[in-house]
Amino acid sequence: MTGRPLTFTLFALLVFITLGITIWASRTTRDAVDFYAGGRAFSGPQNGFALAGDYMSAASFLGIAGIISLSGYDGFLYSIGFMVAWIPTLLIVELMRNTGRFTMADVLAYRASRQPPVRTAAAISTVTVSVFYLLAQMVGAGALVSLLLGLKPGETFMGMSAKVVTIIVVGVLMICYVMFGGMKGTTWVQIIKAALLMFGTIVMTLLVLTHFGFNLSSMLGSAATASGKGSAFLEPGLKYGKDIAGDPGKTLINKLDFLSLALALVLGTAALPHIVTRFFTVPSGRAARTSVNWAIGLVGAFYLMTLALGFGATALVGRTAILAQDPSGNAAAPQLARALGEEVAGRIGGEIMLAFIASVAFATILAVVAGLVMASSTSLAHDYFGHVLMLGRPRESQEVGVARFAAFLIGSLAILLAVFAKNLNVAFLVALAFAMAASANLPAIVFSLFWPRFNGTGTVAGIYGGLVSSLVLVVFSPVVSGKVDPLTGQTLSLFPAGVDFHWFPLENPGLVSIPIGFLCAVAGTLLSREKADPDRFLALSVRSLTGGGAH
Amino acid sequence: MGRDRRFVRLRRRLTRFSIIAIGGFLCWYFLYVAMSAFAREFMDQRLIGNVNVGLVFGLLEFVATFLLAWGYAHYARAALDPLADRIRTEIDSAPDPRSRQR
Repeated sequence: MTGRPLTFTLFALLVFITLGITIWASRTTRDAVDFYAGGRAFSGPQNGFALAGDYMSAASFLGIAGIISLSGYDGFLYSIGFMVAWIPTLLIVELMRNTGRFTMADVLAYRASRQPPVRTAAAISTVTVSVFYLLAQMVGAGALVSLLLGLKPGETFMGMSAKVVTIIVVGVLMICYVMFGGMKGTTWVQIIKAALLMFGTIVMTLLVLTHFGFNLSSMLGSAATASGKGSAFLEPGLKYGKDIAGDPGKTLINKLDFLSLALALVLGTAALPHIVTRFFTVPSGRAARTSVNWAIGLVGAFYLMTLALGFGATALVGRTAILAQDPSGNAAAPQLARALGEEVAGRIGGEIMLAFIASVAFATILAVVAGLVMASSTSLAHDYFGHVLMLGRPRESQEVGVARFAAFLIGSLAILLAVFAKNLNVAFLVALAFAMAASANLPAIVFSLFWPRFNGTGTVAGIYGGLVSSLVLVVFSPVVSGKVDPLTGQTLSLFPAGVDFHWFPLENPGLVSIPIGFLCAVAGTLLSREKADPDRFLALSVRSLTGGGAH
Repeated sequence: MGRDRRFVRLRRRLTRFSIIAIGGFLCWYFLYVAMSAFAREFMDQRLIGNVNVGLVFGLLEFVATFLLAWGYAHYARAALDPLADRIRTEIDSAPDPRSRQR
């Protein structure tokens, strides 16, 4: 077998190049602006690539291709939520860039009469959202890289299973990128990843379309036939909002659950900490707007192409083969790559394509986890250490030191948690991170920018209200306990079968927790004795809209 | 500066555009989501070959996103940026202590 050594070589090459960039970045990183914001020296298009690289996780690339290959239309439906979410982001990016320095909390604290409570709340929310998302990525990485390298579950390395080794390697790499490379290193890793991902996806899409003579209808038809589900494969309802015959109550819950997911996706993106910290890496508000426009182009083109990847995989690889490799369909894209390569250049072609797509997926994992660690360590150092512990008077060299240490701490915590959770079903954490961002961060951001009466108490109430409500609802939802596969009797929740303490019927809390977040922010504002400061609001408006006095 | 006539005009333009854009866009997206959940017979109708209403509707979501992104960039360049630039030049040349804080 020639494939595995080739894949290993490409992985090693990728690690070598990215570490080289990290060393270069560490030599040119001097002060806080360099570390947190890459010196604000990235152009709009560069930051657009980095935003796309930060956003499109392995769950997007392998996950959505996999969902389309197994559930057809519903995978496409899911991907659209990730895409349209960039419009709310586009509308606030410039305002946030002009107002803040490095973090979301800079924007939220601008109008507060007392900064520390707001900063603390924002830091807690940032770290919670990022660590949950990070955990999902790391556990996923453990399974994915083993899959990509073709390691069997039983294979061990220095007494540890392949999964554990992968989690540790990925974790150590991400800590290195952030600790030494800061935002500069992280951004370049993400730019390279986005370019590789787009290139790999374009090549595969062209090959799929060539196979079907650029006839969309015949591609869909072959996929529907190969899926064994006929035309239902091309219609909504196989995965989201399933109709349960004879049980209208359960059917309605399924549909509301899907609405809840869609709501969290479309409102969560603009408030995800690792996306928000990217807003500050460009020189001006206008460059930030350009970068989001580039991101929209890249992300949109990518999700359009996942249609070809997903349906192509069903048609060319076949449902049984995809399921045999990985029950959640994560292997569909690599399997398709091999099939396409074999079509073009025989067995060798297949091995080369497989190795290439596997290393694209590896780069994707690395870039996203690095972005998450970057966002949470920035918030811990700048918001909590800088503005709460040191009351806004730290020396910036101290803050950067703390940020590096925080990156190490959060990275290690994520490795540890991921090793413990390595066999649990944690895919729900991605959707949960979006729901938490939309419930906790979005109300505070929107009201800070647009509501003259809003104040610090409202900010704090909104953040904690949204964060706690989404967490509590998930703990008592079917994803944690009480969901059982009706055929096999095996658990589909976090807890084993037999444990059941769920009372909240939806798997996605957004539909309830996002309104709660907004309500808490309003109630906190109106009930507190803290007076609104109209002058401060005007100052923020002028600054956010014109960029006058922005950093 | 916050009560300056030009600034009030700038803010009104941005607010009006944002509300119409985000309102219309979210309605368009949730119409698609709701139809996918509740109006499946409509979404399942075939149009050309194996291409059905649902697929075309989904592709139109992409078109809407691209068009709105382009439209916002265009509108901002034409109607917002020149106004913002003039105000900004004034702020930066005649420092008003309050709007220049931090």
